[in-house]
Amino acid sequence: MTGNFAKILPDGKRLHLQSGPIDLVIDADGDMSEVALAFEQASKAFEPVLVDLVSELAFLRSSLKPSSLKGRELADTDGSCKTVAQIMVDAASRFADHNVTPMIAVAGSVADYILSAMRNERTLDRVYVNNGGDIALYLNDGRSFDIGIVERIDAPEISMKAHVTSMDPVRGVATSGWRGRSHSLGVADAVTVLAPTAALADAAATLIANVVDPGPCTEVTRSPARDLDPDSDLGDRLVTVDVQPLSAEQIDRALQAGQDLARSFADAGHIASASMSLQGSTRIAGRINTGINTNIAHNEPDLEKQYAVGRA
Amino acid sequence: MSDDNNAGLVVCDACPVRCRIKDGRPGACDRYANVDGVLTRLDPLTVVERAHDQGTPLVPFLKTEQEWSGDLLQSENTFVTAVGAGTTYPDYKPAPFIVSSEVDGVDMVTVVTEGIYSYCGVKIKVDTDRHLGHETAAVRADGEIVGHVTTGEYGSQMMSLGGVSHLTGGSKKEGRVTCQTLMDLCNCKPVKLMIDDGVSIIVEAGKAPIIDDVQEERMRVGCGSATIGMFAMQWHDHVDEVVVVDDHITGVMSEHEAGKVLDVKPTGISINGRRSTPGRYFKVAEPGTGWGGTDISDPLSILNDFKAGDAKPGTTMLMVSTTGEHYAYFVLDDDLKPIAQDLPDVLQASVERIRENCEPALCSVLFVGGAGGSLRAGVTENPVKLTMSVKDALTNVTSGGAETFVWPGGGITYMVDVTRMPENSFGYVPTPAIVAPIEFSMRVEDYAALGGHMASIVPLDDVLKDPNLRPVDQGESSWPMEKSQYKWRDDQDTDS
Repeated sequence: MTGNFAKILPDGKRLHLQSGPIDLVIDADGDMSEVALAFEQASKAFEPVLVDLVSELAFLRSSLKPSSLKGRELADTDGSCKTVAQIMVDAASRFADHNVTPMIAVAGSVADYILSAMRNERTLDRVYVNNGGDIALYLNDGRSFDIGIVERIDAPEISMKAHVTSMDPVRGVATSGWRGRSHSLGVADAVTVLAPTAALADAAATLIANVVDPGPCTEVTRSPARDLDPDSDLGDRLVTVDVQPLSAEQIDRALQAGQDLARSFADAGHIASASMSLQGSTRIAGRINTGINTNIAHNEPDLEKQYAVGRA
Repeated sequence: MSDDNNAGLVVCDACPVRCRIKDGRPGACDRYANVDGVLTRLDPLTVVERAHDQGTPLVPFLKTEQEWSGDLLQSENTFVTAVGAGTTYPDYKPAPFIVSSEVDGVDMVTVVTEGIYSYCGVKIKVDTDRHLGHETAAVRADGEIVGHVTTGEYGSQMMSLGGVSHLTGGSKKEGRVTCQTLMDLCNCKPVKLMIDDGVSIIVEAGKAPIIDDVQEERMRVGCGSATIGMFAMQWHDHVDEVVVVDDHITGVMSEHEAGKVLDVKPTGISINGRRSTPGRYFKVAEPGTGWGGTDISDPLSILNDFKAGDAKPGTTMLMVSTTGEHYAYFVLDDDLKPIAQDLPDVLQASVERIRENCEPALCSVLFVGGAGGSLRAGVTENPVKLTMSVKDALTNVTSGGAETFVWPGGGITYMVDVTRMPENSFGYVPTPAIVAPIEFSMRVEDYAALGGHMASIVPLDDVLKDPNLRPVDQGESSWPMEKSQYKWRDDQDTDS
């Protein structure tokens, strides 16, 4: 009934792990036997993840205050690496002044955790662990990934590519938006964050998407989170359920708020960069190396100065 | 939380998150949703995929004697098992499926549910003469103690794994590892176990054990000496000498106590090995894959020359291995040299007899679980009545359609051979506890009498309309509806 499953996808290459709401697609490049061992490690590490998370759920859904963490013992670690819950708490505590719960980083933290389990004693070229759009990356020296970035989370059409190399401080990617699986306080169609870890990217994307907001207006409909999901850690906070077409000024105002917050996160070192899209407009904060294949530079005049095209 | 907020909520039990889902909303996974107050799966594609991996909602059996007609499941020969049925824990609700069908003119009901067992474990029998570990030695999986070596049985070593104290009485990891070990063993997967001060062993139900990286092949019927003891009576009228070649103890009939009792005369044979007691020799050769687990391919290589006096031209000799896989027949010539000849038919039969007495070495795994009061409440409003009905042989208990042995005494504690159950019948919940299928079959009137959930009975044909069924063969189990298993079988016979 609650069985997890692990299987190789029909492409014969990628590993698919599923347990309750957690759904991972994993790809690894490297020596075949090393990849096979890494997949075994991933499956083994994955087995108890959901059960362990559920056992900590009440705590993980409660607001993060530094005092509540003192002396707090999280689930046993069985060894040296951090548990998912610990990764969540660590990531969330970087954003403690935003009134967050550790759940803000749950998807990215699972991805980070499985990635670190795969890397243990293995030599691999590159790996991604994709947890429903929150992605943990590993890049051996000289390796790179091209990451497709979408303008709308529910209509995944790649509008831009981010080129991430082993030199970049980016090992996590996450996307958030009001049309996605998690509730958003804002109206962004998609906020994609590149960050040092998937957990940080996950938390930052959620927070940035929350502030992409034109302010009080009739075009946006909201409901208390609890009315949609009685167990939501957002409680009675209003989450977006519908957005009508916005004026250019509203879009500008909303994206500006997101860009400001994203810059502050980048300045603090929490993230490397972010892109945010709303009704066809996109802005970028921080440096995203898009490789050569992009059309954004031509139709988005207000890109950040740091934005570079064609940097190899 | 206000009552308004709880109205129309469905609690999803598909995974441990147990989302409370509002009407018209999906759960956290986006795979289950509340559609008009009913928990509904959103992705039939995954259901089909899951069918291969995990078992589908229902698993009907097709009785094997009858040809598959190719179009519809034949309801009279279909038994709905609880594999994948789910549970309605905490069980004040009726079981997930209460199915009625007519069998030989009798209206039968089968209550189908998956039980959640905190009190459960496995008994493992490993066919081997080897020492696995001392009685009561701890058995470990993944470093955690999951059970112990228990009293040995004839030709076999026994282990008892699981149980509530390992599942929930120890550390979190111990519980998790125990649960995983039990589930894998019950799903007939290979599991590596380490025995304290003993061997490492790979146990897989229905397969030969692999002990310290060596696979056991067959159980010997006995050592060479024991084989002489068992078969001397069948040999002494037909042959002058028998040598049973064995890596441990090679037996010689004319010198053996069993031969003496039968007045077998000395044959002048001389074995090239270390004599233990009369007719028993150690170390006739090195261990190997030849005769009787030795390294020899020519049995005469373990013999010295026959001694003149006792040996006579025309003396006959059978040489055979302890498993009967190798044999040869010789007659001494005038120089007292053994000359190979065809084995006479009468001796051929005794060689076959040895071979058929050497069974393949197997690991067998029996699941033992106790159906608690709450599980029984899914069957009846008065749980003790179900116990009584089972003891009275009015209710037949099966697990995944396989026959069970129900222990005497209180409660419904049963054992089942996991190899007789459909693939992947077992699951787990995070407690940790094992999820296993259980079905209770009885006559409709007996179900009513024990306070059954009569309003929840659905006809079998309705259940068979579900497109997600996984048909499996009956296998070796007896048919759950076979009337000989019920107390009323004799009444039935006189009626008809």
